[in-house]
Amino acid sequence: MTGERVTAPAPESKLAPRAVAAFIFKKALISALVALVLFSLMIGIRTEAGPTGQLTYWTRFPDLAGMVAAVFFGSIAVELLRLWWGPVGTVMVVPPKVASGLAVARRAIAPLLLIFTFLVPVIFYQQRYILDLGILVLTYVMLGWGLNVVVGLAGLLDLGYVAFYAVGAYSYALLATNFDLSFWVCLPLAGILAALWGVMLGFPVLRLRGDYLAIVTLAFGEIIRLVIINWQSLTGGPNGVSGIPRPSLFGIPLTPGDDGLAAKLGIEFSPTHRIVFLFYLILALALLTNWVTIRLRRLPIGRAWEALREDEVACRALGINITTTKLTAFATGAMFGGFAGAFFATRQGFISPESFTFQESALVLAIVVLGGMGSQLGVALAALAMIGGFELFRGLDQYRMLVFGLAMVMLMIWRPRGLIGHRAPTVYLERNQAISSDLVKEGHG
Amino acid sequence: MDYFAQQLINGIVLGSIYGLIAIGYTMVYGIVGMINFAHGDIFMIGGFIALITFLILVSIGLTVVPVILLIVLLVSMAITALYGWTVERIAYRPLRHSFRLAPMLSAIGMSFVLTNYSQIAQGARVKPVPPIITGGYTLLEKNGFVVRLSNVQIVVVITTIVLLAIFTWLVARTRLGRDMRACEQDQTMAALLGVDVDRTISMTFVIGAALAAVAGMMYLLYYGLVDFFMGFVAGIKAFTAAVLGGIGSLPGAMLGGLAIGLIETMWSAYFSVEYKDVAAFSILIVVLIFMPTGLLGRPEVEKV
Repeated sequence: MTGERVTAPAPESKLAPRAVAAFIFKKALISALVALVLFSLMIGIRTEAGPTGQLTYWTRFPDLAGMVAAVFFGSIAVELLRLWWGPVGTVMVVPPKVASGLAVARRAIAPLLLIFTFLVPVIFYQQRYILDLGILVLTYVMLGWGLNVVVGLAGLLDLGYVAFYAVGAYSYALLATNFDLSFWVCLPLAGILAALWGVMLGFPVLRLRGDYLAIVTLAFGEIIRLVIINWQSLTGGPNGVSGIPRPSLFGIPLTPGDDGLAAKLGIEFSPTHRIVFLFYLILALALLTNWVTIRLRRLPIGRAWEALREDEVACRALGINITTTKLTAFATGAMFGGFAGAFFATRQGFISPESFTFQESALVLAIVVLGGMGSQLGVALAALAMIGGFELFRGLDQYRMLVFGLAMVMLMIWRPRGLIGHRAPTVYLERNQAISSDLVKEGHG
Repeated sequence: MDYFAQQLINGIVLGSIYGLIAIGYTMVYGIVGMINFAHGDIFMIGGFIALITFLILVSIGLTVVPVILLIVLLVSMAITALYGWTVERIAYRPLRHSFRLAPMLSAIGMSFVLTNYSQIAQGARVKPVPPIITGGYTLLEKNGFVVRLSNVQIVVVITTIVLLAIFTWLVARTRLGRDMRACEQDQTMAALLGVDVDRTISMTFVIGAALAAVAGMMYLLYYGLVDFFMGFVAGIKAFTAAVLGGIGSLPGAMLGGLAIGLIETMWSAYFSVEYKDVAAFSILIVVLIFMPTGLLGRPEVEKV
C-alpha cells in the first residue's frame, strides 16, 4: 500500500525515555516468566514410550532456555515496534492521483491474473511441480469460491464444508469404480448428490445462528467422515477407494494407446498432457463457480443472500423467505464442493477419509476469511497466498499447522475483515443509515 | 441387569470427565458469548502436564499414592490455568469488540496451535502410564458376571463432586462469582458499577482451564494414556454436553456431561462401538433443533 501516513500530532510523551525503557523491560520480564512456567514441563521435559512400553523421560533445558529467551526478546521487539509505529487508529490519506492509479491497478489485476493463469501450462510446461501446485491452488480457489456462497454471501458460518467435498469425491469414486460411468456423467451426479446433502444439512439447522450453526456443521462434517471410515463394505473404510478412472476428453482417453488423444492428434505422447488437461479442467470448473456466483448475485436470490448476511430479522420483516434462501445457499455451496470433490478424486486416483478432516474445512474457511468474505478476487488471492505459503513450509512439515494456526490468530487480531477486502452488498441505499449493521451485535442496537 | 449396572458405572465416570470440561465451555459462553474452541486442547494440555508431573514424582522416589495424586492435581491445575489465561490474553482479548465470527476463528487457530505445539513438544505417539490407582470392589457377582467398582472410578467421581461443590460455592458466594454473574448479564453496566470486566473474564478462563486440567488428569488416571489429538473429539463432546444441559447453566453442564457419558457408554455396549462418536454428534444436532435452550437453560429472547 502506497500513500503517506498522516498521523495526528503525536501527543507529547509524558514518560521519560528511562521510564519507557523500564516499562518495556518489566513487560518483557513478565512475559518471559509466564513463558517459563508454560514451557517448563511441556518443553523442558520430553517423554517417550520405551521399547517395553515403559515411559521414560529426559530433560531439554537448553531448548527451554532458548524459548524463554525468545519470548523475552520477542516481547521487547514487539513493544519497540509499537512505539515506532505510533498510536493505533491513524488514518491513511491517499492523494487522489495515487488513488486513481490504485483503482486502475485494482481493475486490471483480475484480468491479468486470469490471463496469467491461462498461460501457466504454456510457460511452465516443463516444470511438472509448478503445474501440480497450480492444480492444487485452483482446487482451493474453487473450494473457496464455493464456500464463499455460504459464508461470504449468505453469512452462514459453515465449519463442515469438507463433508460436501467428501461426498463429491466418494460419489465419483464409487460410481466410476462400481458402474463404470465416465467422469463427465459422474460430475453432475456428484454435484447433485452433494447439493442434496447440503439441503439435508440445511433443513435441520435453519433456526440456528452464528456459533451454534458453526458447531452443528462441524459435527455434521465429522459424522460424514466417521461414517465413511466405518461403513467398510461400501467405502473401503480407512483403506479408501483406489483405482479411480482418469478423466477423458469427452470420451477420448489421454493414454499412450492408439485410441488416445496423442495418437488421434498425431503428436507424440507425453504424460504432461494429462496434467495440462487437468489444469484446464479445474480452471474451467473454478471459473464456472465464479461465473455462477457473480450471476446469482444479480438475481433476487443472490440479493436475498446478501440481505440475510446483513440482518436476518430485517430480512424476515421484509417478507424474504428465510427457508429457501438458506437452503439454496447451502445447496449451491455444497454443489460446488461436490464438483471439486469429484475433480479431486479423478486427479488423485485414490481417496481415503484422511483427506477430509476438519483441518481441510478450517483451511478453506481461512481462505474465505482471509480473502475478505464475499470478495471473489480476494478469495482467489488468499488461496494462492495460503497454499503457496504451505508449500514454503513443506520442509518443516511438523510446524506447518502450528504456523497456520498462529497466522489465523494474528490475522483475526490484525485484519479481522480480511486481508484483501470486504465486499459490500451489491445494492445498497445511497445514503447510509446512522448505524451500519457491521457495528451492532446481533440482537442489540 | 448386571451388564447394565456395570455400564451405568462406566457411563457416570465418563460423564464426570465430560462434565468437568463442559463447565469451561458453558462459563465462557455465558460471559463472552463465544465458543472457546481451544478448550478441548486445554484439557489435553492438562492431561500432558499431569503425566509429566507424575513421571517426575515417581522417578524421584515418591511412593505414597495420595501425596502423588495431590501434587499432580495441583501442579496440572496451576500450569493449565496459566495456559487458559495466556490463550485468552493473546487470542481473545484483542477481539472483544470485533465482529462476531472473529473470536471463533481465532479460537480455531489457537486450537491448531495448541494441538501442534504438543505434538512437536512431546511427539505424536500415545503415552501410556501404568495404572496408578489399583484395586476396587466387587459389588455383585452372578452367573460368573462381575459388576466392579474400581478405586479409580471412585476417585474420579469423588473428585468431581468435591470440585463441583467448591466451584458452586465460588460462583454463588464469593465476590468473584458475583462479578462473573454481573458480567454475564451486562458487561457495560457491570463496568459502570466498578467490576473489572477484563479481570473477571480472565478469571473465568483460568477457572475453566483449571477444571479442564482436572478432567485431563482424571482421563489419564482412568484410561492410562494421553495423546496430542485427544482434545478435539473430547472437546466437541463436552460442548455437546454443555448445549444439552443448557448453555450458561453450571448444573446443566454437569447434567449434560453425565447424559452424554451414559449415552455414549450405553451405545457402545448395546449397539456398536464404531458409531459411538456419531451417536454423540447426532445428539448435538438433535438437541439444538428440538431443544435449543437445553435441559436447564433459559430461553434466549430475540431483541431487534
